[in-house]
Amino acid sequence: MDRIDMHRLKQGEVNLGTSIMAVQFDGGVVIGADSRTTTGSYIANRVTDKLTFLHDRIYCCRSGSAADTQAIADFGHYYLQMQAQVLGSAPSVLTAAAIMEKMCYQNKDQLSAGIIVAGWDEKAGPSVYNIPLGGGLFRQPWAIGGSGSTYVYGYCDATYQEGWGKDETVNFVKNTLALAMSRDGSSGGCIRMCVITKDGVERKFIPGDQLPRFWEGKEILGEATQKPPAAISAVSDVAPMAVEV
Amino acid sequence: MTSIGTGYDLSASTYSPDGRIFQVEYANKAVENSGTAIGLRVKGGIVLAVEKLVHSKLLIPEANRRIQTLDRHLGLATAGLLADGRQLANRARDESSNFRDSFRSPAPVKYIADRLGSYVQVYTLYSSVRPFGISTIIGGVDQDGPSLFVIEPSGVFFGYHGAAVGKGRQLAKTELEKLKLSDLSMREAVMEAARIIYLVHDDSKEKAFELEMSWIGDETKGLHVPVPKDLLAEAEQKAKAALEDFE
Repeated sequence: MDRIDMHRLKQGEVNLGTSIMAVQFDGGVVIGADSRTTTGSYIANRVTDKLTFLHDRIYCCRSGSAADTQAIADFGHYYLQMQAQVLGSAPSVLTAAAIMEKMCYQNKDQLSAGIIVAGWDEKAGPSVYNIPLGGGLFRQPWAIGGSGSTYVYGYCDATYQEGWGKDETVNFVKNTLALAMSRDGSSGGCIRMCVITKDGVERKFIPGDQLPRFWEGKEILGEATQKPPAAISAVSDVAPMAVEV
Repeated sequence: MTSIGTGYDLSASTYSPDGRIFQVEYANKAVENSGTAIGLRVKGGIVLAVEKLVHSKLLIPEANRRIQTLDRHLGLATAGLLADGRQLANRARDESSNFRDSFRSPAPVKYIADRLGSYVQVYTLYSSVRPFGISTIIGGVDQDGPSLFVIEPSGVFFGYHGAAVGKGRQLAKTELEKLKLSDLSMREAVMEAARIIYLVHDDSKEKAFELEMSWIGDETKGLHVPVPKDLLAEAEQKAKAALEDFE
């Protein structure tokens, strides 16, 4: 290959061109993802579940190749079952993340996988670990990933605050993902979320017609081009950009 | 061992007609000839102590240590063949570092005891190898606090509050049973351990011995380290005094 494309995907490979996210709060973590799976421009699945079970209180958000990340998550699930059986107690989120990272790093030449591992454990409480494309393990208070995440780093930096409760965190995840999905062509569909706490895992689903809506750019440009010239000056407080007629 | 010499003791892969494996029982004999090793699980941690018999005056003091460090939080004391203890400690270090590598966290003491138990057991299965001639005391502090295990030549392992292996184990065990181990502080445990080692040492048979002690717990921030020189000296002095009262 003389040129490496962005995600190092093979021709026709099923891609989770994705918006994923995980945020920790006092009692747990909220994880979320869009639901779009694509092969090129074709949406192979519009209701995908990218929030994948690893252990009782540990989930991962998958981005990159669907095949690769499903396989990694399956192995992770298997290793954690073994670990839990040997130790006789639930594995920690760190252990889960370390196992996933090891697979991502050791097979970096074959894989395209960006994974966020998040959950709750007895030792550390709630925690979020980011595992970027070639491996590496980073604990973060919040993590975003997938192609859609690039559009919303600024929003997250400007919005996130420490000390949030569950509801505020859920709203943050929901809004961030909606913004990412609206800008990113390879993200979209519905929002799936999980709230993982000591007591269990609660799933949340936002259908595609009930996504949070933000500025969509219709007002100014639409009105400016459709109304007669006299009407434009009437809206004096709006200064439209130059409009080609 | 009435069946000795009837041919059932030539291999670790042969049972005797009454279901015993003599090679494993002989391995236990090797342990019984060794200086005593004890382990105490107390309130804040673990104390290991060994009666190291010095068979030559030409040896450098503190040579041939029988307490070894496996990991930051794990220590091991052996009774039996010294070289077998080294081999097992090296295996334990591999197990412990592999666990850290895979799971990014220190290995639980029970896990290491389990792995070493399996390792030792394999040496009772084949005619080409001999069983380990050691009983091993593993002590450490993990997520669930201090714990103590003994692995025998057969590969079985048990958890203990107080453990004793080697020549003076019977007397050491009765002494350990007198203590309220779960109420003892680590410093008190060091004193008791030294006293017990001095008590079980048989002056009439072996003259010289060195007291070797290590500890893991609150006093050491969870690290396995030798008991500091001044504390060791204090413990030895108290042990000698207690022994004189005893006699």
